[in-house]
Amino acid sequence: MATYLLKRLGLALITLWLLSMIVFFALQVLPGDPGRSILGPLAAPSAVAALDHQLGVDKPLVSQYVTWITGLLHGNMGTSYQFRTPVEPFIQAALVNSIKLGALAFVIVVPLGILGGVLAALHVGRATDRIISVAGLSAATVPEFVSGIVVIVVFAVTLKWLPVSAAAGQGASPASQFEHLILPAIPLILVLFGYIARMARAGMIEALDSDYARTATLKGLKRSVVIRRHLLRNALLPTITVIATQTGYLIGGLVVVETLFNYQGIGNLIFKAAQGKDFPMLEAGVLTIGVVYMVATLIADVLYTVLNPRLRLGNSG
Amino acid sequence: MTEIAAPPAAGVVVAHAERSGELTSWRLVLRRPTFLAGAAILVFWVVCALFSGAIAPHDPLAQELLATNQAPSAAHWFGTDQLGRDVLSRVIAGSRTILIIAPLATLLGTVAGTAIGLLMGYLGGVVDIVVSRLVEAVLALPLLIVAFIFVVALGPSPAVIIVVVGFVFTPLIARTVRSAVLVESQLDYLSSARLLGEKAPRIMFVEIMPNVLPTILVEFTVRLGYAIFTVATLSFLGFGVQPPTPDWGADIAANYGVLPAGYWWMTLFPALAIASLVIAINLVTDSIEQVLAS
Repeated sequence: MATYLLKRLGLALITLWLLSMIVFFALQVLPGDPGRSILGPLAAPSAVAALDHQLGVDKPLVSQYVTWITGLLHGNMGTSYQFRTPVEPFIQAALVNSIKLGALAFVIVVPLGILGGVLAALHVGRATDRIISVAGLSAATVPEFVSGIVVIVVFAVTLKWLPVSAAAGQGASPASQFEHLILPAIPLILVLFGYIARMARAGMIEALDSDYARTATLKGLKRSVVIRRHLLRNALLPTITVIATQTGYLIGGLVVVETLFNYQGIGNLIFKAAQGKDFPMLEAGVLTIGVVYMVATLIADVLYTVLNPRLRLGNSG
Repeated sequence: MTEIAAPPAAGVVVAHAERSGELTSWRLVLRRPTFLAGAAILVFWVVCALFSGAIAPHDPLAQELLATNQAPSAAHWFGTDQLGRDVLSRVIAGSRTILIIAPLATLLGTVAGTAIGLLMGYLGGVVDIVVSRLVEAVLALPLLIVAFIFVVALGPSPAVIIVVVGFVFTPLIARTVRSAVLVESQLDYLSSARLLGEKAPRIMFVEIMPNVLPTILVEFTVRLGYAIFTVATLSFLGFGVQPPTPDWGADIAANYGVLPAGYWWMTLFPALAIASLVIAINLVTDSIEQVLAS
């Protein structure tokens, strides 16, 4: 088990390194001359050269990358072009906000998705199953800003039950913060529900088909007991992995939802940084997302190992 | 010959079916109500995209500055936006950009992914190991974020979006094609082809590819749904089609700021258009998958 987890950790680190290369290549190499893009097309060439020298971008690419990555490893994520201050405080505050929103969506969608998937599996092939599967999958492919617009029009503009903006303002009470986060959470829930339900359904169908399910039924256990004690814990194993992978989709969705609802999270931060061509902020934001994503995947691996006796006992071959 | 008299949307499907001799299963697809509903919506939007000039009641770019922010009425069924442009006409004309960019991006990803998947699955060995690791690493990243940073870096233009979205989808498709090829390479007809002395490219593209075509077709429709998702999202974020070109995502971005003021029609109608398009593609994909699985 330890070797398995170490291997996963190694893979996560390699992926993170690859992400740093992609980010570096995309944002430091592709856009061309940073000095020119900051100062604009009318600036004097000497001023551009001076700024390039000050930013260190006139050095060879390899040494630029090494400087950048060493800075990152020492916790120095760079200086924002827009604010001329270190980016860490911005990233930190935004991350806390995003975790609040993401956690709310997860707490609602995980039980809901599992319930939907199990219900569909118990009625496999019938109307309930088709409705949950098709509706779930359709909801999953509707972009978050589209469902976001629909919920704003219905619940905020027409019914006036909930606020349009997700920003509760300085020093707002937890209750008020929660109220502001309900609407933004809905699009995230809609996107995630289909995937989780689909995995739970597939796992449950497999479990229903198994020998141990038949044995449990034949020895006279009630259907509800068979489902609860024998099927669920086997059926939900793959679902856990999917839930962790969904963190990636959730983060992609945060960029959109936080922009739509004007919420100061990491997604909105990345979006604003991209608009303002504030590359250090953008790079730091994207890498932070990468780290969060890797951590979520690792937690899923650990959970999967702990819950699966075959892996837990070290019999992973 | 009755089975050929299918709805026009199914033309592509029938063409494939004749070649692979799986007419019965495709007839099953055509009989599913979910497929027909999805195909009907899809055809509707394709017609809108092709003939928007003739269908749209107004010029989608014409500003009527004395009639801005008009609620839906008999003159403007979907109302007017902040510049007094007819929202209905913009929704009709807005189908064009997404229906050009998303399918082209998907096609690019499918062609590249199929080629890489065939190579990985058939050649195996070092090629397979190296490309598999790369694919795994790319898949471990939030794809929208990867697409987003590349579009930011390269600047928004339809060509950039097609290439970036196609590039992001390539590993996903390659992985699926690879596993389909691995199943095929166990079969007898390939050993015969090898014994006949056929060259590797011919075996891959002439012998194996027709047999994994159903998998590729399903992959294409699934990815098309995601491509529309991604392209619309990039547009909404301002890194897609630029104003004043009518585009659903960009129009929503331009007008959602006035939602709290009660001007819901300029964002809700493009939003419903996107939703109907992705749901239509989903219904079609789901029907094909159901039939192939049964």
